[in-house]
Amino acid sequence: MTLSRRKALTLGLGGLAFAAIPGLSLASTVEELTAAFTAGATAATDGITLTTPEIAENGNTVPVSVDAPGAVAILLIASGNPEPAVATFTFGPAAGRQFAATRIRLAKTQDVIAMAKMADGSIKQAQATVKVTIGGCGG
Amino acid sequence: MITRREFLQASLAASAVYGASGFGNWSRLAAQQALTQDQLLQFDDFGNVTLIHITDIHAQLKPLYFREPEWNIGVGDAKGQPPHVVGPAFLDMFGIKPGTPEAYALTYQDFQALAKSYGRMGGMDRVATVVKAIRATRPDALLLDGGDTWQGSYTCLKTAGQDVVNVMNLLKPDAMTSHFEFTLGIDRVTEIVETLDFPFLGANIFDAEWEEPAYEPYKIFERGGARIAVIGQAFPYMPIANPSWLFPNLSFGIREERMAEVVQEVRDAGADLVVLLSHNGFDVDKKLAGRVPGIDVILTGHTHDALPEPVLVGQTILIASGSNGKFVSRIDLDVREGKMMGFRHKLIPIFSDVITPDAEVAAAIEAERAPFKAELEEVLGQTDSLLYRRGNFNGTWDDLILNALIEEREADIALSPGFRWGPSLLSGQPITREDLYSCTAITYPNAYRSEMTGEMLHTILEDVADNLFNPDPYYQQGGDMVRVGGMAYSIDVTRPQGSRLTNLTMLKTGEALDPAKTYVVSGWASINPDTEGPAIYDLVEAYIKRKGTIALDPNASVAVTGI
Repeated sequence: MTLSRRKALTLGLGGLAFAAIPGLSLASTVEELTAAFTAGATAATDGITLTTPEIAENGNTVPVSVDAPGAVAILLIASGNPEPAVATFTFGPAAGRQFAATRIRLAKTQDVIAMAKMADGSIKQAQATVKVTIGGCGG
Repeated sequence: MITRREFLQASLAASAVYGASGFGNWSRLAAQQALTQDQLLQFDDFGNVTLIHITDIHAQLKPLYFREPEWNIGVGDAKGQPPHVVGPAFLDMFGIKPGTPEAYALTYQDFQALAKSYGRMGGMDRVATVVKAIRATRPDALLLDGGDTWQGSYTCLKTAGQDVVNVMNLLKPDAMTSHFEFTLGIDRVTEIVETLDFPFLGANIFDAEWEEPAYEPYKIFERGGARIAVIGQAFPYMPIANPSWLFPNLSFGIREERMAEVVQEVRDAGADLVVLLSHNGFDVDKKLAGRVPGIDVILTGHTHDALPEPVLVGQTILIASGSNGKFVSRIDLDVREGKMMGFRHKLIPIFSDVITPDAEVAAAIEAERAPFKAELEEVLGQTDSLLYRRGNFNGTWDDLILNALIEEREADIALSPGFRWGPSLLSGQPITREDLYSCTAITYPNAYRSEMTGEMLHTILEDVADNLFNPDPYYQQGGDMVRVGGMAYSIDVTRPQGSRLTNLTMLKTGEALDPAKTYVVSGWASINPDTEGPAIYDLVEAYIKRKGTIALDPNASVAVTGI
């Protein structure tokens, strides 16, 4: 039997504990979000890979992925959006891989920030500038 | 891996890279004031592998004039580095004397006079002669086409690329990659690709919905006793710089991680030599070479640079073979024990009056052109000015187009995209329909007329300037600055986006551009679907016919600082 890509994705999501950040009726700032996530720990930059396009092909749906082996949670922030919080992905002990991929909307050129919380409470951080451009004059 | 020291010793000892490479020969030829085909093709065979690179032909099957840029500003680490060296500085860097054939081929000074001495360059029939001559001594040579092949001429537009495909097939490429090809529309690209005898490579082309590879990423060739992996990389900013509605389900991007994976994959498959056939643009490739290990040769494209010597980044050599058929690069490599041990390189200039056309290809080109002969040759007017496009800021071809847009569409301000393709015309030459199309032939040609506030216009110009002058090459799209008519500005290329442009002034009134005021703007090559207006080539044709003779005033509307 061939497993279709769609089914595989569905299964994949079932295996991950995916949680959009609840109760965000008021926009939290980047500082508030990171302070709450890190509990004051200083972030290291190794052991986390954030993959984004350098220039968004479509600012309304920008593919972003984060790979953080050993993480228990990954926080994704779009620092320049009116609502910077994008998502927190949490990983249970049965998770085979601490990897999350999604598509996000970016209002303008900005840094996308990913933070990973490890089992010991330490924090890893990566960020990348994604340019949202008008385009149209290359060649 | 061999160390850089070992690598350099190997190449220097075995091939005397700079001393006996193409450029020394060129200088001697210049001294003799004589060029022969044998001299242009002269090359002491080296090693066991030969690559032949041609790129950015832009459908130019016939010889042409092409003036190299007067402005090619490098920012950040690229400042003053090849290819961001032009004119006299370029001649100094590569030891070329002014007024020589190589000075004419590679720089802009005295272009009009030297063009009359040394004639047109390029022509796919001449390129075929060179390719066949190389293959005669090196039957295993790989011919690699860097893309931007199926766009840029009247006949290419009218045949949806078929004329170029037919001619290029006679040259028997071994692989190609792409950019403007996709502006033919995805259905047409698919139709052509299915007919090709060689792979259409693009490791960075993905299905936009599922993020899965959409094209073959590489092909491994067994040549000269070595396994050679050729990886293709299409233009990364396809859906941003060109209309994505023509290829709606494809995603591109630099995708550095993907490139690293593919390089590892071909190394694991036993590749002795890894060649990247790239349409990234030179600076993007230079950065990539420093970050993705394991690539031996990058055949660069897109930015239309022609360099007489390779640029080395670590153990990777970067080759820049120009555009429009002006040059063919030959690279001989010594590949042993899974390593590149040395290389010899020559940028071969295609002087059309020196190299004999290949009869078969010449006949094929004429056959492709025959049905369109009358339309191609119709004279629209004459130019009293040298018409050229290439350069970071306004060239005269675009000044002509901008003047036409302002007059024909009754606009305050006109915009013309910073394309790097488009041959030159000498003053005194007639302007034929073919000449006009060679600077305007695109599949999204509508010349819009719309209203924009001064603020919006400023934002657009800042946005495009950042595509060119962002100090991080991965954020550069590889075109030149959008050309502006009806308006002057100053630009400091070292400033960040949003603060590069100042002194935006309306030329007609001398007044500052008012951010709150609405202006009528006309332009072409919009990437938006449903753009309305006459095709740019029809609009400019009407303008040239009405004017009869084109004479352009020197353009001093852009003041550049920070260089």
